[in-house]
Amino acid sequence: MRPWPVINPAFWFVLPALGLIVLFFFVPVLAALVLSFSDFDIYALGDQSRLRWIGLDNYLRLLHDPLFWQALKNTLYFAIVGGPLSVTVSLGAALLLNHRTLPCKALWRSAMFLPVVTTLVAVAVVWRYLYHPRYGFLNYALAWFGIDPIDWLGDPAWAMPAIILMAVWKNFGFNMVIFIAGLQNIPQRLYEAATLDGAGTWQQFRHITLPMLAPTFVFVAVVTMIGYFQLFAEPYVMTQGGPADSTLSMALLMYQEGFRWWNLGYSASVAFVLFVIILAGTLLQLWLRERTSRP
Amino acid sequence: MKVLGRLHVGTRLPLLVIMAILVALTLFPLLWMVSVSFMPALEASQYPPRLVPASPTLEHYRVLFTRLDMARYLFNSTLLAAVVTLLSVLFNALAGYAFAKLRFTGRDRVFHTLLSAMVVPGQVGMLPLFLMLKQLGLINTYAGVVVPGMASIFGIFLVRQYALSIPDSLLDAARIDGASEGRIFWSLVLPLCKPILVTLAIFTFMGSWNDFMWPLIILTDHKMFTLPVALANLLGEHAQDTELMMAGAVLTVLPVLVLFLAMQRHYIEGLVLGSVKE
Repeated sequence: MRPWPVINPAFWFVLPALGLIVLFFFVPVLAALVLSFSDFDIYALGDQSRLRWIGLDNYLRLLHDPLFWQALKNTLYFAIVGGPLSVTVSLGAALLLNHRTLPCKALWRSAMFLPVVTTLVAVAVVWRYLYHPRYGFLNYALAWFGIDPIDWLGDPAWAMPAIILMAVWKNFGFNMVIFIAGLQNIPQRLYEAATLDGAGTWQQFRHITLPMLAPTFVFVAVVTMIGYFQLFAEPYVMTQGGPADSTLSMALLMYQEGFRWWNLGYSASVAFVLFVIILAGTLLQLWLRERTSRP
Repeated sequence: MKVLGRLHVGTRLPLLVIMAILVALTLFPLLWMVSVSFMPALEASQYPPRLVPASPTLEHYRVLFTRLDMARYLFNSTLLAAVVTLLSVLFNALAGYAFAKLRFTGRDRVFHTLLSAMVVPGQVGMLPLFLMLKQLGLINTYAGVVVPGMASIFGIFLVRQYALSIPDSLLDAARIDGASEGRIFWSLVLPLCKPILVTLAIFTFMGSWNDFMWPLIILTDHKMFTLPVALANLLGEHAQDTELMMAGAVLTVLPVLVLFLAMQRHYIEGLVLGSVKE
């Protein structure tokens, strides 16, 4: 008889966390793929025998669904305009905060970081009011510059820019802090040498700061993109996807199809397309980075 | 170029002015939220907009607590965030330490699989997760909200990065003294990792407090709502009551803002640590 096999104690350390992550994350993600090949709907929710496997039908249906294309367009708009804008503001703020003549750095930094820790739903409620066409502060402030009132959340052309502006305000502090850490890792002697060689501020920024920040940039870009593609609470609270579906995002479409109309199979295919887009975007950025880092 | 190179000599004042403007723009929405929450009904609906209430009132806060069940939502949010934080810090600490310091087959492969899975958005799994929890009878329960947050890849990663710096000699010395692995973890590793665990706890608490989509999906009954879900729901009925909505927003945001201001050093250090590649 063999004795009980000795189990590596490490097993007990990783088991709870890994078990939970596999059970409540990996399995559901794989199940979403399976679900997207079915016509799981409100009838199947009550009686599973009603479920049918329909292959790629959900994905074919997506191709002919104007709402899907609208959501895809809006999500890309938000991510492609909002993401880089947010990163640029973060970098600008980080450069200012890192300036050696600035006093009380920690205080400024904390103040600009505050929106990051706020609850999205709550600040969306606040911004909804800031954007109010008649009583909102934004239109009031714009009037000082002679700009006519804009119906921020009621005009299909302005609703997405309004959501982007709010998202940038809410998020820029996060990347700002990461950029500051990246800036502080750049050896000071590089700048001293460049100054001796007569390089100006802009040249130093272009030839020292930016290249040295490249690894930080990749991290920031990937994390920002992943976050921005998941746009949900802002349109849910501020516009419900309107007006005229101009702020309907992929995640909001997934939510509405899945949890409002209970078309879970169809909704899963939307979720999976979103996943594939995020994956492709991440790989593209890593690939671009790989290519540009090679001289 | 000479001029640009010497720019820093005369930049202090303009820099301060720019910073002041930026900070004012950043804080304005939050300050206005607080100010409007103290205005009597309808004061926020006039042009030009009022910056400060003419006669401040606590009326809306009173209504929120007496008629709109705000205390209940505060309780729900606090309880859920606390439970998620406690459990996930424990489980992530156990796993993070093991990935950093214990040897087992496939350790690095599993860890890298976890890391690459971080690109998968949580929203993808939500539909099957909902169906799973429905089978388990966890719809509209606290457990249903907590379950997916009980361990996180980011948390494991954060603890691992920190635990890597624990000297092996220290752990080996404890083993030679006959301490069990569990005992080593509890009385040696946990105290050593305390700074990062505090950071992780703050992250998790705030993340859970601010989470919206999952509680929105899993909770169906008013009594169970967390603050963000309750606030979004309140907007459906009280969209016109700006002052009341602002008071609700203040109550939702205030606890996390205070937590951040009290613990910001831990928070920001952890954020930077989490962003540094191995």
